[in-house]
Amino acid sequence: MSEEVVLLDFWPSPFGMRMRIALAEKGIKYESKEEDLRNKSDLLLQMNPIHQKIPVLIHNGKPVCESLIQVQYIDEVWHHKSPLLPSDPYQRAIARFWADFADKKMSDLGRKIWATKGEEQANAKKEFIESLKLLEGELGDKPYFGGENLGYVDVVFVPFYSWFYAYEMCGDFSIDAECPKLMAWAKRCLEKESVSESLPDQEKVYGFVLQMKKAFGIE
Amino acid sequence: MAKSDVKVLGSWPSPYSMRARIALNIKSVNYEYVDERLWEGKSEFLLKSNPVHKKIPVLIHGDKPICESLIIVQYIDETWSSGPSILPSDPYERAIARFWAAYLDEKWFPSIKSIGIAQEEDARKAAIAQVEEGLVLLEEAFGKCGKGKPFFGGDQIGYLDIAFGCFLGWLRATEKMSGIKLLSESKTPALLNWAGRFCSDATVKDVMPDTDKLAAFGKMVIAKVRGAGAEIHG
Repeated sequence: MSEEVVLLDFWPSPFGMRMRIALAEKGIKYESKEEDLRNKSDLLLQMNPIHQKIPVLIHNGKPVCESLIQVQYIDEVWHHKSPLLPSDPYQRAIARFWADFADKKMSDLGRKIWATKGEEQANAKKEFIESLKLLEGELGDKPYFGGENLGYVDVVFVPFYSWFYAYEMCGDFSIDAECPKLMAWAKRCLEKESVSESLPDQEKVYGFVLQMKKAFGIE
Repeated sequence: MAKSDVKVLGSWPSPYSMRARIALNIKSVNYEYVDERLWEGKSEFLLKSNPVHKKIPVLIHGDKPICESLIIVQYIDETWSSGPSILPSDPYERAIARFWAAYLDEKWFPSIKSIGIAQEEDARKAAIAQVEEGLVLLEEAFGKCGKGKPFFGGDQIGYLDIAFGCFLGWLRATEKMSGIKLLSESKTPALLNWAGRFCSDATVKDVMPDTDKLAAFGKMVIAKVRGAGAEIHG
């Protein structure tokens, strides 16, 4: 039986990157369709009518929306290869907790760092570093959040690394100086093909952020 | 009350702490419920159990704290696996249930809160419209997920029933406080019936707060929020 897997994606999206990594880790062949978010395709609007956002995973014609849900879905369907969530219920709860934390903090604070200035940006930078330090604490001495291999938290969190250079340039600060352990973890992840093939170049992302700032009239 | 190695730190008006309790009830797990009066300040125990978010609910199993209500519900389902299943067994149906739970938390319930907090009529009307739009979507989802059965989860209360049903107290309190009908025979007949079944279920009825009590509490919170900025939810 053939499995038809389609991913509606947008190259700078950290949420899309999660799915690229997860699909690669599982060795799943899929068709990638790049969306122009200023001109959304009929397929996107039909498959995700409520949020009209990417990524959308379409498995044998059926859509799955929201990246955290998508990653768990493919982990459950293709459970025999490279499991992303641990098998122990408590460890799973811990992984879900930190994935949720990374997801909410990075999305919200990251946006504030590139899109705001003054006090709002300063507060966002402070909280951003605090959040990274908490994540560093959770990583501890493990090579990956998933232990010896990439796990759910790694897949959810590492895409934001491709935006770190843009945050540093917009916020005029150094993430490496504050969180060297986390930067080492990110580089370790990038040694894996599933990650290096899925994350865009940081300079390219910065160029995209500059374009967005111009489009939104942000200095 | 006998000492239990399962504790729930919650707050009686919180829909999120209801989720943890309903899930434990479904599994027939005995637990100790510790009520936090968050509007009077957070206990040392809460701050120690959830240092990252400092919010309820927290499930404490033995000496292990588990935080975030939907994560707690999944933990309960996976740990007490011999009891009735809370999440669907099919991965696609699980994804759909998780999708709607996320929608309820991120989009729908914030609109409910906005109805109460809105100071201007335009903002209030917009919030009401968003809630009603969401209910129409959920009415349709109920048809697809439940497939003619009494609950989203089928014959018994499941994940999406818990995720959505916990908001019924506040939905009814909001209807009372603003004098509007959100669930109705004309627009959302299936959900109206489902709501009645959910609230009277044995696993729910003792943990669902009284509507009048919530409405009175709601008025106090709204006054505070309009004043300074207070949070009751975890």
